[in-house]
Amino acid sequence: MNNNPQSDNVLEIRDLSIAYEPGKYAVNGVTASVKRNSITAIMGPSGCGKSTLLRAMNRMHELYPNIETKGDILLDGKSIFSMSVIELRRKVGMVFQRPNPFPNMTIYENVVAGFSLNDIRLKKSQRDEIVENALRNVTLWDEVKESLYRKGTFLSGGQQQRLCVARAIAFNPEVLLLDEPTSALDPIATSKIEDLLGELKKKYTLVLVTHNMSQAARISDDSMFMYLGELVESGRTGTLFTTPKDPRTEAYLTGKFG
Amino acid sequence: MSGDRVTKALLFISSLTILLLSAGIVVSLFGGAVPAFREFGLRFITSSSWNPTAGSEQYGAMSFIAGTVITSILALIICIPMAFSTSLFIAEYYRGTRTAGILRSLVDLLAGIPSIVYGFWGFYALRPLLVATGLTDQGFGVFTASLVLAIMIVPYATSLSAEIISMVPAELKEAAYSLGATRREVIFSVVIPSARSGIIASFILALGRALGETMAVTMLIGNANVIPKGLFAPGNTMASVIANQFGEASGLKMSALIAIGLLLFLITALVNYLGKLIIKRFA
Repeated sequence: MNNNPQSDNVLEIRDLSIAYEPGKYAVNGVTASVKRNSITAIMGPSGCGKSTLLRAMNRMHELYPNIETKGDILLDGKSIFSMSVIELRRKVGMVFQRPNPFPNMTIYENVVAGFSLNDIRLKKSQRDEIVENALRNVTLWDEVKESLYRKGTFLSGGQQQRLCVARAIAFNPEVLLLDEPTSALDPIATSKIEDLLGELKKKYTLVLVTHNMSQAARISDDSMFMYLGELVESGRTGTLFTTPKDPRTEAYLTGKFG
Repeated sequence: MSGDRVTKALLFISSLTILLLSAGIVVSLFGGAVPAFREFGLRFITSSSWNPTAGSEQYGAMSFIAGTVITSILALIICIPMAFSTSLFIAEYYRGTRTAGILRSLVDLLAGIPSIVYGFWGFYALRPLLVATGLTDQGFGVFTASLVLAIMIVPYATSLSAEIISMVPAELKEAAYSLGATRREVIFSVVIPSARSGIIASFILALGRALGETMAVTMLIGNANVIPKGLFAPGNTMASVIANQFGEASGLKMSALIAIGLLLFLITALVNYLGKLIIKRFA
């Protein structure tokens, strides 16, 4: 799966700046890296640019022509801007803030949506296997195996979100981007997703945007703290939480703002 | 508290006025139509004879019902490809761009042109073109009327469909893009399926407008009180016959015209109700 299994870093972000309007940078000169098979949390108060940074990693900003991106992001040493966006998005999956299963598709169709949307034709047996594996990986199989051919919208929020994770990993991506995946969920559903992420990092590299500090502390291996578009500090989560180097990080962690 | 009560009373009175007005219109239509239905019974709907000669008066609405239904459906068929592609262009492909903004304003502008102006344009500009094709002698008839009718309903169908298409949540489209889908795949697999019922409803509402459209059709359809014999043959519609003949009508003929008005009202109400039902069912 990996072209370069020796390399520790899956993603290298180099001097990345993103502006929604000319001159107004939501992300400003960020340089950072993401380690393989780990969970990297991006934290910070609302509007700090953490989601903007995340959405650059699968070139989501290109859907909105006014957004300007400078700098580079390397995936396994190769610039993501030099590959086809379709190839990139198959390698870098995404889970969104609010569960967004396709309402016109059944649970089964949702899981294989990545294939059907790309006109990749599979045998029924292959599809069945992908659906079962993906749903088992997100611990949803036992809950939905009787209702695979029903629309995904009758599921609870937490189940829908796990379905969306299943949809994203059905392609077997290298990296999974998660944009505040639990912010719309109740505590029980949240803890299920958190347990799931702990399992998923064995196979994938996860980048998690969260404004929930305790979530970052609980499940991430590395953390980045962003403030006003800048990457203030990054490092091992344990170190960053116990001995922050920057006074702004400390202020955020002790609840002085955010 | 008392201000609250006054507001409530005022709102109640205005709502009641609307209710009474619509009830009044229905009651007077029914009342006026009674003599025609008493004279001809159900034959008034099924018969296509229209003979105002005193002594042997015969009135039937079928030629007008046929004219209305044929021109409206033909207009809808012509309208669908134009409105559908324009709404996709405005609300999806060029969403948020200047081009889409200009196009949207033009569509709104088209919606604001009075019916009589469309009729005039059809009469002086479009009709000679059709005559030049050799398909028709004078250019009056079902096809000319339908063509202008189609142009008239395109703006309604377009702006309603565009509204519905732009309401498809960005997060659904982003989900599809994040799975590596191309723009075309997103549009055909996510946007259109999500907006399908709304798009259908907007065409049904456009059909409702076509059914009742009067002036432009009157100027172009040829006003022959027969079931049209072909695409380029003249005919007449329910709205047109009322507009053309109510001035010199009295007695049984007046009642027949009112009865046609009642039928038109019922058909239009049914079509609009159907459109709203679809929106409600799937929205």
